[in-house]
Amino acid sequence: MDLTYTPEQQAFRAEVRAWLEAHVPAQPLEHYDATREGFEAHRQWEATLKSGDWGMVTWPKEYGGRGLDLIQWLIFEEEYYRSGAPGRVNQNGIFLLGPTLMEFGTHEQKQRFLPPMASGEEIWAQAWSEPQAGSDLAGVRATAVKDGDEYVLNGHKIWSSRAAFADWAFGLFREPGSERHKGMSLIFFRLDQPGVTRNPIRKINGHVGFAEIFLDNVRVPAFNRLGDEGQGWHICMATAGFERGLMLRSPARFQEAAAALAALWQERKGQCDPAIEADVIRAHMNADAYALSIYQTASRLMAGAKIGPEASTNKIFWSEMDIHLHETALAILGAEAELIPPTGEHEWLDDYIFSLAGPIYAGSNEIQRNIIAERMLGLPR
Amino acid sequence: MDFTLSDEQQMFAETARTLLGDTCTPDHWRKMMEQGVAFDAARWGQIVENGFTLLLLPEAAGGMGLTELDFALIAREAGYVALPEPLAESAGVGAPMLAALAPDHPALANPGAIIAVTPAINPVVANAEIAAAILIEKDGHAFVTTPDKVRLTPAETIDPFRRLFRIEWDESQAQDLGPADWTLALDRASLFAAAQGLGLAQRSVDLAVAYAQERTQFGKPIGSYQAVKHHLASAQVAIEFARPVVLTAAAEIANGDVQSRARVSEAKIVALEAAEKAARASIQVHGAMGYSWEVDVHLFLKRALALKQAWGTPAFHRNRIATRVFTQPVGADKTFAREMTHA
Repeated sequence: MDLTYTPEQQAFRAEVRAWLEAHVPAQPLEHYDATREGFEAHRQWEATLKSGDWGMVTWPKEYGGRGLDLIQWLIFEEEYYRSGAPGRVNQNGIFLLGPTLMEFGTHEQKQRFLPPMASGEEIWAQAWSEPQAGSDLAGVRATAVKDGDEYVLNGHKIWSSRAAFADWAFGLFREPGSERHKGMSLIFFRLDQPGVTRNPIRKINGHVGFAEIFLDNVRVPAFNRLGDEGQGWHICMATAGFERGLMLRSPARFQEAAAALAALWQERKGQCDPAIEADVIRAHMNADAYALSIYQTASRLMAGAKIGPEASTNKIFWSEMDIHLHETALAILGAEAELIPPTGEHEWLDDYIFSLAGPIYAGSNEIQRNIIAERMLGLPR
Repeated sequence: MDFTLSDEQQMFAETARTLLGDTCTPDHWRKMMEQGVAFDAARWGQIVENGFTLLLLPEAAGGMGLTELDFALIAREAGYVALPEPLAESAGVGAPMLAALAPDHPALANPGAIIAVTPAINPVVANAEIAAAILIEKDGHAFVTTPDKVRLTPAETIDPFRRLFRIEWDESQAQDLGPADWTLALDRASLFAAAQGLGLAQRSVDLAVAYAQERTQFGKPIGSYQAVKHHLASAQVAIEFARPVVLTAAAEIANGDVQSRARVSEAKIVALEAAEKAARASIQVHGAMGYSWEVDVHLFLKRALALKQAWGTPAFHRNRIATRVFTQPVGADKTFAREMTHA
C-alpha cells in the first residue's frame, strides 16, 4: 500500500484544477431536468469540457478520451466536484453505456457512438424498466423482431431518466416468445425517430427527470444491437455493475457535500441541538469510508480484477449515506428546512428529495441486499 | 497511489488464518471455558514460534521490523477466532512501547513474554497476572513494573476470555522510563481493536450464514427468506466499508498527525460497530439458539462490546475526528491530506 500521490498525479490534479477554474460557469446552470433550456445549457457545458479534452478521461484517445487510469479518474472527479462544475447531463451515456460499449461493442460501434457521447453531441437515456418489469427486470415484454438488417421495436418503457430531452436510449428487448433471462438483446434507438412517443413524468421535486416511452414499429439498423442476439441480460448485468459500482456515484460528490455540511454546522450550531454534531461527524466518516473503498476498488481493478456482486454493497452504502447526510442538513436548518433557497445557495432541500430516489434506482436496495445475501454470502434463493 | 496488499502481507495473513483457525476452534473455546482458563500455553507457543510477537519490534531488538499494517492483518485473524491470548495488546502495543523506551529490558529477551499496558484511559488492565512487565501511564510518563510489585484485584468481565484486573501500584516499586508516546500506544491499540473487530464481524456473519443454510422452517431453509437475508446483507455492508478504513488507518498511523489519528478513530468506531451489528444480526438469525450458551455467537458479541469501549469510548474517538473535521481543510481533494499547522 502506498497512499501518496506520485508527482505525475499531483501535476495532473493541478492541470485539472487550473482548467476548471478557468472554465466552470460563474453562475450555476438551470437544472438539466427542469427545462429544455437547462438541458441544452448542460449540453453546451459538455462541449466546453470536450474542447479541453475532459469529456471522459479514462477512455482511449481514439474514442474521445485521454487514455488515463482509474486513479487519475478519481483525481479528476475530486477536482470536478470541488470546482462546483455543472452535473453531467450525459451520465447514462458516459458512466453506464460507455463502459459497457467498451467491453461488448465492436470497433465500428465504438467509433460510431463513443466520441459523440464524450462530447455531449448525443445524450443518452436508459430504457430498461417497463410498467410490469421493475425489480423483476427479466419480465421485460418489449419486443425486437429481426427484419432483414433491421429490428422492429415495439413496447412500453418507463422511468427512463433524461428521456424527456435526450437524443438516444438504450433498451432491453426480447425475441417474441422468449422467456425470462433468455432471448433479450440490448438495442439503441433514437428518441426523436418515427414511432417513438415520449411522455415526461414529473418527479416529486416537480422536475421532468424521467419519461415513459412508447415504441410503435420503430425500425433501427441491426448495427444498433450491442453484443450478440440474446446476450442482453448478461450485458445489462455488466452495466448494472458499473452503475452500482465505481462509476455512477463518485465519492467526491459526497465528500464535498459532507464538507458543506460541516460548514453549515459551524455557522448555525449556536441555534441547534448539540447532539446533531455527532451526525455531522458521521457524514464525514461515511463519505471518507466510501472514498477509501473506491480507491481500494480502483486499485483492484487496475491490478486486473473485475467488478462483482460487491458492487451491490456500494449502492446500498452511498444511497443510505446520502439520505443521512441530507437529513442532518435539514435538522440543522430546522424550521427553515422547508424553504426553497434563493438561486445560487446550497440546495439542501432539493438534494434531500433527490437522495430519496437513491435506494430505488439502479436496482432497489432490497434487490441489492438479496444479491449480497445470495451471491456474496451464499444463502439459498 | 496503490491500495493493494503485497504478496508477502497476504501470505503472512494466510499463515495466521491457518494457524489460528486450527488451534482456536469451537472445541478449544469450550474446553477453556469448562476449565475456567483464558490462556492456552500450547497455542501461545505456536503464535510465538511463527514470529507474530516479534512483528512490530525493530530488527535491532531481535524483531522483524514490520509495520502496523502487517500486524493489523494478523489482528483481524485473531478477531475471527476470538483469540483469548493477548496478542494484540502485548505484541502490538506493549512490546513496541517497551522497546522504544527501554530496548535492553529483560522482558524483551523472551519473545513469549507478555507485556501488559495500563493507559490512564482504561480502568482495568488485561492479563497483568501473567505479564513479564507491566507498563503504566502516569503524567505522560511510562513506568514499568512486574506483577509481584503491584496489587492486582481481578475484575470480573462478561467475556470469558478476557482476564482483567484493577491495579494499585506505588512509584517506589516501579521504574520511571520517562515521557512516553501514549498517543501512539492508543493509536496502535485502537487500530488493532478495529482490525479484530473486522474479524469478529465476519465470523458472526459466517456463523449465521451456516446456520441459515441448515435451519428449516415453513419447509425451507430460513436463509431463503428475505427478512433473514437482509439482516446479514446489512452486516456485510458494514464490514465492507469498515475494512478500507482500517487498512488506511494502518498504513498512515506512522504519520502521527491530526489526520492519521482521526483515521484510527474512524476505524475503531466503524469496525466495532460492524462487529456489534453483525453479532446482533447473528443472534437474531439464530433465534432462541442465538440467545443460548450453546451457540458461539455470544463470544463475538462480548468481545465486540469490550473492544468498543476500551482504549477510548466512541465519544472519545468521535472527538478526535471532530478535531480533524473542524480544524483542517475538508473536501474531495483532502482524502489523503497531511496536517496543516496554519489551516
